[in-house]
Parts: sequence; C-alpha cells; structure tokens
Amino acid sequence: MNTRQARQKAPRYALLGAVALYSVVPLLSMFSAAIMPQSVIPEGLNFTLHPQWHNFVAAWSLANMTTLLKSSVLLVLGVVPVAVLISTLAAYAIAVLEIPLGKLFYFVLLLTLALPFEIVVIPLYFQDQSMGLLDSRWGLVLPLIGLNMPFAVFWMRSHFVNMPRELFEAGSVDGASSWQLFRRVHLPLAQPALASLGLLMFLSTWNQFLLPLVLMSNPNEWTLAGALQTFQNKYGTNEVLLAAGAVELMAPTIIVYLVLQRHFIKALIQGAVKG
Amino acid sequence: MAGRSRRRRWHRYAGWLFALPALLFYGVFELHPIISAVNYSFYKWDGIAATKKWVGFANYVAALTQPQQLSSLWHAIVFIFFFTVLPVSFGLVVAASLRTVKAGAYGTVARTLVFLPQILPGAAAGVAWNWMYSKDGFVNTVLHWVGLGSLARGWVGSFTFALPAVGFVGTWLSTGLCSVLLMAGVGNIDPVLYEAARVDGAGAWHQFRRVTLPGLRQQIGVCVTITVIAALSSFDVVFLMTQGGPGYSTMVPGVEVYNLAFNDYQIGSACALAVVLALLVIAVVAPLQRFFRADDSEH
Repeated sequence: MNTRQARQKAPRYALLGAVALYSVVPLLSMFSAAIMPQSVIPEGLNFTLHPQWHNFVAAWSLANMTTLLKSSVLLVLGVVPVAVLISTLAAYAIAVLEIPLGKLFYFVLLLTLALPFEIVVIPLYFQDQSMGLLDSRWGLVLPLIGLNMPFAVFWMRSHFVNMPRELFEAGSVDGASSWQLFRRVHLPLAQPALASLGLLMFLSTWNQFLLPLVLMSNPNEWTLAGALQTFQNKYGTNEVLLAAGAVELMAPTIIVYLVLQRHFIKALIQGAVKG
Repeated sequence: MAGRSRRRRWHRYAGWLFALPALLFYGVFELHPIISAVNYSFYKWDGIAATKKWVGFANYVAALTQPQQLSSLWHAIVFIFFFTVLPVSFGLVVAASLRTVKAGAYGTVARTLVFLPQILPGAAAGVAWNWMYSKDGFVNTVLHWVGLGSLARGWVGSFTFALPAVGFVGTWLSTGLCSVLLMAGVGNIDPVLYEAARVDGAGAWHQFRRVTLPGLRQQIGVCVTITVIAALSSFDVVFLMTQGGPGYSTMVPGVEVYNLAFNDYQIGSACALAVVLALLVIAVVAPLQRFFRADDSEH
C-alpha cells in the first residue's frame, strides 16, 4: 500500500476504531472498577497497577453464580431444543405439507410477532398460578416455548419455502410418508437454518429478564440477567464488588459470543432481515 | 380415483399432527394470555379477590388521561429518537464512509466489538451505564478532562437529564446492529452505480443521497422496525437503571405495567395499559413495514 492510499484510508480506520471503542468503553470501565482494591472508590476508567483478582472470587459467592449459572443453563436446555423441534415441525406442515388452514395459522402467528411481552406477562402470572406452575421451573419453561413460536415458525417457514419444489415430489413418488420425507430429506437440509435459530433462541432465553422476575419469587432460579437486579440492590453501595459481580454475570454471554462471533453476527443479521 | 383423492385429503389433514404441538404451546401460552389481558382490562380487580368488577372502558380512559400513564407512553415515543433515529443515523455514517474499506483482520476485530452490545442483556447494559453515569463515573471524568467539570452531575438522578441518559443506553445497544446491517447492505450495492454518479459529477453528498440511501432502503427498514419495537416495549434497561424515577421522569409503559400489576395490585389498569402499548406498537410498525417494503416487487 503506498502512502497516498494509506493517508486516504486512515480517517476511515480511525472512524471504525472510534465506533468500536464507543461500544466497549462501558464494559472496560466496569472491568477497571472490578479489579480495584475494595477500600478505594473507583473512578471512571482508571486501571489499577495492583489488580485485585480475588474480587471476582468474593463476588462469585455473593452473587450465587454457581446456582444462577445452573438455572440459566437449565432454562435454555428446557426451552431451546423443544421450541426448535416443534416450530420446525409446524413450519414443515405449513410450508411443505400445505395443511388446510395452515395459512390462517401462519397469519395469526405473524400478527403476534411484534407484540411486546408486557401484554402476556400478567395473564401468564395468573395462568401459572391456576395451573400450579408458579415458582416452578416449568412455569417459566413452558410459556417461553410458546412465546418463541411466532418467530421460530416464521424463521423455519421461510427456510422451507425457499427449498426447490422438486424435493417434495421426489420423495412422495417413492411412496415415502410425510414423516420419512421430513426425517430423511428436509431435516438434514435444514441444519444451517436450525443452527442459526438455536443460537438466536439461546440468546433471547439466556437474556430473558421480565418473565423470570414475574413468574419466579426465588431470585436463585432467575437467569443471570434477572439476577443483576437483586445483586445491584444488595451490593449497590460497594461499587467494586458490584462491578465484579456484573462482569461475571455478563462474562458467559461475552465468551460464547467471542467464540462463535461469526455465527452470531450472521444469525442476527439474517434474523433481522427476515424479521 | 375418488378413493385416492379422499386419501390425499386425509393425508393433508394428517399433516396437522406436525403442527399440533406448536399450536398447543402457542395457544396456551401466547394466544390465551393475550385474550385474558384484553378481558382483564375491562375489570377492576386486585388479583386476589374472587370477583372482578366490570368497569367498561374506564381503565383505558385512565391509561390515556392519567398523567403518570400518559407520560410513560410519551416517553416510549421519545425513546424512538434514542433507540432508532440516532443509531440509524450513526449506522448510515459508518456504512457510507466505510464502503471502500476491505474486511481485514482489523475490520473483523472492529466489527466484533461494534456488535458486542447487541448480544448483552439490557439489564447488563443498565448496570454498566449506571456506573458510567455515576458521580465518579466515566462520563463525568471525560467532562473534567475537557474542562467542562462544572457540568458533571449524577446523571440518572436528575429530573432533567435522566430520560436522555437512559435513552442513550438504547442508542448504545442498537448502534452495533444498525452499523453492521447497513455495512452489509452497502457491500451489496453495485459499484457501477457509484461510478455512474461520479461520472455525472455527483459529490460525496449526492452519491449518498442518490445511491447509498435508496440502495439501503430495505436494510434501513429492518433497523427502524426492530429498534422501534425495542424502544416502545423497553423494560430491562429502565427497570434496572431507574425503575422509572426520579419521580416519573423515566417511566416507560413496560415498567408502569409491572408497577400497576405487582406493586399497586391494579390488574385491570395494568392490562389496559399493556393493550394500549401493544396497539401503539402495531400502529407504528405496520405503516413502517408498508413504507419500506413498498418497492419490494421490483427486486
């Protein structure tokens, strides 16, 4: 690259760098506070020369991280596989089998795609109560599966309608049943779409805040995201410890993101464009 | 022949077996609650008593006239500026100026970082920014650096500045998604169009107006739709940072619905406000969809 080119490009790289910095400054600031000695009142973005790594150990037990991690993982394992499976089956029925009234079902799903959780959360509370599910993990897992249906069916349907029609007919000539066709032809081909959907659902379930807050009275059964609230209220006055706990509560998502970042960005962009 | 077609029809109905589990979960945990919310909204009920009192549209009148509820709806609209207008503008600037930058290692790292806020829970963003805005936080530190120390304050505790301060967290959360989406969109615009505009003597601004903006129509539509929904139904960030305070200066419908239901035990009012919010989302998003998809048939 010659100097003229370099000079032309420098401002652009600087701009990109500035935007990247702007995105991470709040997190760096948080991290810098987290490793301060606890006796100090931390300031903005000021890295100490004597990082106090043991703050993370202290915050880990105070925030009940082990329990919370377990709760979050259980929630994701309870919601994502089932939601992916049943939404794929439904999308297959709507798009490939063209079931009667399937279009109507799909239309109703689309109508509720943009609705905020605020409208369902209060009735869900009373519904859980009358079903005896309040404060149990099932009382959170089952609604989340249902609430994921509009986006998930929408996502998988748009995968199936983009498949070449010949695929459907080839199988039925062989006399394969709908189920065999699904298992042997469509499911293997749908794997990339399934993986992206799983990733998006993992993210939204893991970050779920409102539903655990309302449907579970025991903060230890909340997601990591939900637990930030209790942690802030309890240790808000100890800024160093609060920062350490907050960093820990965010860390799992950030680590998973950095490992899978290409897939995450691709899935989220596809998800956005389809939505 | 007749037997075969009957069997085929039976076959098509049998397909519902595939859709049944989804329909069941969706019906019980989404459709039914939505219908219940509409039903509750016409009653006065504390959530405990065995009987509910029918009050007609009184809860809706309250949602649209009571200052606290009305201001929450207004704040939701103000949030559109912070969640949508600012991030999309930033994203456009970034996308337009980085059009010619090749994706190298630097680009990949930068893109990863720019996108990072998008994957964090809103609650985490809330904690991080509470810290940024605190008395000794980064925002005040920067003000001192540039000699504007007199402006330093506790931002989220201020009646005047709390709303824009909280709103700006929304800007921070959405800018990454908008930038990355719009950058991907710019990459798909045919370079010949820029060449042609340049030959016509168009400067950078005119190239932006005549080539970039029309070429990004669909991506802008996507950004606007997603961020408007996020703005109107915001909950996590506000609940964590201010719970709607100080006073009602940052109250948004999501938090007000929560408070009405679980602190004030006014289930009917809470549901009426939630229904109004849902209608507001539909009223704003539906025309946006139509506007941005208007010329889809050309593609």
